[in-house]
Amino acid sequence: MADSATLEAVNIDNEAGNFTYPEDYEHDAGYGLTADTIDYISDIKKEADWIREFRHKALKSFNNKPMPTHWASKDLENIVFDNIRYYLSKGQKPTRSWDEVPDDVKETFERLGIPEKERKFLAGVEAQFDSEAAYSNVKESLEKEGVIFVNSTEGLREHPELFKKWFGKVIPTGDNKFSALNSAVFSGGSFIYVPPGVKVAHPLQAYFRINAENFGQFERTLIVVDEGAEVTYMEGCTAPKFETATLHSAVVELVAMKDAKIQYITVQNWSNNVFNLVTKRGMAHENAEIRWIDCNIGSRLTMKYPGVIMKGRKARGEVISIALANDGQHQDTGAKMIHAADETTSNVVSKSISVGEGRSTYRGQVHIPKHLKGCKNNTECDALLINSNSRTDTYPAITVRGNQHATQHEASVSQVSEDQIFYMQQRGLSEGEAMSLSVNGFVNDLVREFPMEYSVELKRLIDMEMEGSVG
Amino acid sequence: MSQTLNIQNLHASVDGIEILKGLDLEVPKGEVHAIMGPNGSGKSTLSKVLAGHEDYEVTDGRVTMDGTDLMELEIDERSREGLFLAFQYPHEIPGVSNANFLRAALQARLPEGEEIDAVGFYKEMYAKMDALSMDRKFTGRAVNDGFSGGEKKRNEILQMMMLEPSYAILDETDSGLDIDALKIVAEGVNRMRSPERGFLVITHYQRLLDYIVPDVVHVLFDGRIIKTGDKELAHELEEKGYDWLTNELVAV
Repeated sequence: MADSATLEAVNIDNEAGNFTYPEDYEHDAGYGLTADTIDYISDIKKEADWIREFRHKALKSFNNKPMPTHWASKDLENIVFDNIRYYLSKGQKPTRSWDEVPDDVKETFERLGIPEKERKFLAGVEAQFDSEAAYSNVKESLEKEGVIFVNSTEGLREHPELFKKWFGKVIPTGDNKFSALNSAVFSGGSFIYVPPGVKVAHPLQAYFRINAENFGQFERTLIVVDEGAEVTYMEGCTAPKFETATLHSAVVELVAMKDAKIQYITVQNWSNNVFNLVTKRGMAHENAEIRWIDCNIGSRLTMKYPGVIMKGRKARGEVISIALANDGQHQDTGAKMIHAADETTSNVVSKSISVGEGRSTYRGQVHIPKHLKGCKNNTECDALLINSNSRTDTYPAITVRGNQHATQHEASVSQVSEDQIFYMQQRGLSEGEAMSLSVNGFVNDLVREFPMEYSVELKRLIDMEMEGSVG
Repeated sequence: MSQTLNIQNLHASVDGIEILKGLDLEVPKGEVHAIMGPNGSGKSTLSKVLAGHEDYEVTDGRVTMDGTDLMELEIDERSREGLFLAFQYPHEIPGVSNANFLRAALQARLPEGEEIDAVGFYKEMYAKMDALSMDRKFTGRAVNDGFSGGEKKRNEILQMMMLEPSYAILDETDSGLDIDALKIVAEGVNRMRSPERGFLVITHYQRLLDYIVPDVVHVLFDGRIIKTGDKELAHELEEKGYDWLTNELVAV
């Protein structure tokens, strides 16, 4: 098939789904990052001294840390930290009733396609509009059970004893340069606490978006699920297109106590100029289970390696991920599985798709030390290349010491063949439709892991990526 | 408007080597034409050229389907216009279920904004699968993925039955089939025979034509039709071999 035709068939329509609103910010910390920026944020948020202190320490750590050169692409060097605004806010307090939500924010929800009835069905919605939560609603039944679902600012203010105990414990400030940056300027994100034995029936959801040029978003999420409790959290992102780079650097910490279960689901569709540098890690205590289900579409560069530290006996960790890299995009994703107790089990299944000159990289780290016994890891990573100039790399680092463990690793690279497309076209599908169906087929078994509404959205996103400009 | 698949003076090459060298053929609706020929005579090239495979360059000639110039259409447009090719080696599409694939193919034939009636679709598919003795589990399996040779060919016929083309080309559908599968496939094709549909059955062996009895038999050799006759021609070829004709050709 002609290369130009393929490119046309799979080329993303950058205008599809884009939307912007006039910028209208009450609080703005200005450009660049100094100790004054930190104080400005802390003042606005009326934070306790220990948090202010925490932020200042983090800033020092950020300034002292080098860029993660050994893992990252050179593209990171293009981030000009001085050109970024680190705090923007509408200055509004999180609202609990829908009536209190400003109209333009509601309009944004409309454009994001969150259906009215879904909002009602959701157990609680924590939707972030820029730095502050614009809308936060926890159903009464959840509150009665003692479940806390608020934004991180409110979590810090209202539940300091819970927050402080786990905050920064799973991901230390100095874990990497970007976790330090987040720790210095974090704003927004969710705080969730589920008391012992409470199984939250409906997934908790949060929608994020960025709406300002050069605006870095640094949300901070902490989810603590107590003994025998269970929760599913879902986040989805969409962002409008900008001329210059936008930095997104979140930190997400999960704590699953004994016998607890956490499932964290992400579907992200960033615009082409976003640097998405995220640190996500969970700590699973005895017989607890943490699952990261992650889908990354878009962005200029995504670096994200969700991890699980299996700290208690029989703890389980899982990362299921889908990445799609189109022209000018680099998806550098993977998983970190740290086995720190006997009979712990981890599973990593990763599928990536590279389109045009898109590049996808899998980096996996599995660590099983010698003194443990009965640990298991399974790693599978499959890459699909759409064009001859697409690129994929796999860097699995599996360190297993001792002989009482079981590990297995499988990797594959495949290409959508011209003959496969010819076959599908002969049945009446256009080249774009055929390509889209092939790609959806490739990720199909993983898409099933996503809740229904997300899997539908995901298919739609893949379709948009694959047939954007086919008329 | 003529109700035929009409091929005139077709020349086609692949990688600069001419394979079809002035092929003439006409398949009117309602008829089954068989094309036989030795290996390398251009049988599969003909099917790929008609379907529009981009590896094959048409250098001369004309192909019309009910008066429409086929060569002006894209691969998928030819399909939607009513041309079906049952592949000699059907492709696998991992992760895409047979049901979804068929649905997408049928959906592609509907006008924008119209949706397929899911209930009717499944009802029709199940009925046609029953006719081909296909287990219903096939609907959930990925297209041709892990299928045996016989299952793949049966799946091709199912697709043909669902898409109801005006003209169907069967490219060596008998290859890799045992006699039971061959009978089932042939029965499926025979049920599809109608005054509204033309068939071009490409085969190396006469065996298939015992079950799909052709109206006309053509012999393809070196990129041209060198002989045309009735079904008896197939038997004659089976008896005497292709050498009988090709030697004759050389002698002339």
